[in-house]
Amino acid sequence: MKSSTICQDWLESLPPTEGDLKNEQSIGREFLLEKGMPSKKDEAWRLSNFTKLNSFLSLPTIIGSEDNQSKSIFPEKDENRERIIINPNKNPILNINLPNGIEKLNNREIEDNLGKIVKSTNVRNDISVYLNQASSAKLLALKVKRNFNQSLEIVIPSIEGKSISTRIFLLIEEGAKLDLLQIFTGNNNSTQNHLIEIKLEPKVELTHGLISLGEEKESSSICTLAVEQSEKSKYSLHSIHQGWDYARFEPRIIQSKGEASTIIKGLQVTKSKEQIATHSLIRFEGPNGKLDQLQKAVATEYSHCIFNGSIAVPQKAQKTEAAQLSRNLLLSKRAKIDTKPELEIVADDVRCTHGATVSQLQDEELFYLLSRGIDNKHANSLLLKGYYDEVISHFPKSAGKWNFIEKLIQDVKK
Amino acid sequence: MISSTSETILSIEDLHASVEDQEILHGVNLVVKEGEIHAIMGRNGSGKSTLSKVIAGHPSYKVLSGSIQFKGKDILELEPEERARIGIFLGFQYPVEIPGVSNLEFLRVATNSRRKELLKSELDTFEFEDLVKERLKIVEMDPAFLERSVNEGFSGGEKKRNEILQMALLEPVISILDETDSGLDIDALRIVASGINRLSQPNSATILITHYQRLLNEITPDFVHIMADGKIIKTGNKELAVDLEKSGYDFIDKNTKEKEMAK
Repeated sequence: MKSSTICQDWLESLPPTEGDLKNEQSIGREFLLEKGMPSKKDEAWRLSNFTKLNSFLSLPTIIGSEDNQSKSIFPEKDENRERIIINPNKNPILNINLPNGIEKLNNREIEDNLGKIVKSTNVRNDISVYLNQASSAKLLALKVKRNFNQSLEIVIPSIEGKSISTRIFLLIEEGAKLDLLQIFTGNNNSTQNHLIEIKLEPKVELTHGLISLGEEKESSSICTLAVEQSEKSKYSLHSIHQGWDYARFEPRIIQSKGEASTIIKGLQVTKSKEQIATHSLIRFEGPNGKLDQLQKAVATEYSHCIFNGSIAVPQKAQKTEAAQLSRNLLLSKRAKIDTKPELEIVADDVRCTHGATVSQLQDEELFYLLSRGIDNKHANSLLLKGYYDEVISHFPKSAGKWNFIEKLIQDVKK
Repeated sequence: MISSTSETILSIEDLHASVEDQEILHGVNLVVKEGEIHAIMGRNGSGKSTLSKVIAGHPSYKVLSGSIQFKGKDILELEPEERARIGIFLGFQYPVEIPGVSNLEFLRVATNSRRKELLKSELDTFEFEDLVKERLKIVEMDPAFLERSVNEGFSGGEKKRNEILQMALLEPVISILDETDSGLDIDALRIVASGINRLSQPNSATILITHYQRLLNEITPDFVHIMADGKIIKTGNKELAVDLEKSGYDFIDKNTKEKEMAK
């Protein structure tokens, strides 16, 4: 079946929605009806596996039935970190006590903010976002109040044989600090689509860990993360994507007035015939912005890792300091890695660096470990752990409960 | 420490080996017995480091002919990790930096691999910390180095101390120390040499690969071998190293010329 037909059938299967996302849904649906799914001619999608992408439209989207609860079992929650589990069409904050300093956004705040950040990223033919807008029915919209210091965990499990879409908006008020840990887990033959918008007011510090684990067979994920940073804010994002048959992660960060600091450290690990892609965009809309970006990938067997890293430094973003590095391990002759930096620099007084490497595990490092009696399997695990360390060492200790390090290493050993 | 009844630990016979299809060793013969300290000296490119890598089983080096026996058993079919576990230790000339791998964890895993071979119980984190702290004293090393990544950001001297620390933890039967003295200042050399001396046991042996007499002032060798063109061309006692220091390697060229003339 043609992808345009699949798309139309999918759109027709979606129920009309009321509430905060009503307007958003019509935007998404109208675009998709008119333009349909992307093709190889779309630069941002040309490396995508379209057969896998179409699975997003072939699974039934969950529409409010009670038995659609995830049956996943999660590790015990951290004492100091409130956990929100998002189940489709359930109000995720009904059953939890929001910690002191975190509140739901009121209607006015939602109206003032929703959709604006993602729109300001100016991505043409923004399929990932339209797919989410067309299908998300419920919104989790929270704010961290001024000068509060909080930790939060948001867990989004998949449901076997189903497709889910989630929409999140976080407003972090001036001077507040948030340590946010997000976990996405896949299930057999399931898809997830997330759209997360985060607004950082001045002097905010947000530490954001994102652990995205496909785990089961044929699970797919598309996630768009749009962050707007005000001046003097600090944002650090550490992300891991592993185990998805198909995953696409689009972090977009706009420093709205410059004068802010952004750290991004991402890791994606693929095996079998999986394809995982990260398309990042960082734009400086004012002077003195700072960026430190590291993207790592490990590809084995027949799998495919993609990284596309855009950095935009317009004329008004003088004295920007940005560094982007893409480091990749290609561990099989048939695996594939595509990595592309895209720096668009107009300002003349800036310091921007970028680099990309593709290599294998270092023979001399391996021999050093072997020569101390460590067996080959264990030596490889140590080297991989060492390779992951630059990204995973930044996750809070409690994140270890999700056993992601073990999964990352197992994946490569298979 | 040497006695006529000492057991042979390492026996190398007519060893020919190559790297990247280039033959480097052209028939090395060497016998090392319990309690002995051997020094191998020679110019750059004479094959000293190649010999050490071949003994340790580096996969880039290919044995073309000859044999290496450890305690009477052929080791050429053994993997590098198997050779290490039975007690062959190579102290690297350039210890490798491994970012992200904790030195402490690396040392613990390595120590437990060797202990398993010796049928000793494996050490948990706490037991190992006690052991490593005790062994750190041998090389006068700051415990802070345990928290770092393996050799990452270590100075030349710290890397070499870390090598000797590994030797102290693994308790090898034979230690081949490849230019352990290079890059060391006088104090560091003294500490490293004192560590090696303290770790020498009547039932173990050491091969020191070095360019200079100064290490041999600290560690007295029982035998000094001179390598040239992939062979051991002369063996003597510690006086040979002293002579070499005085006259340099010119006599090797002289010997070679004389041999060629005789032909």
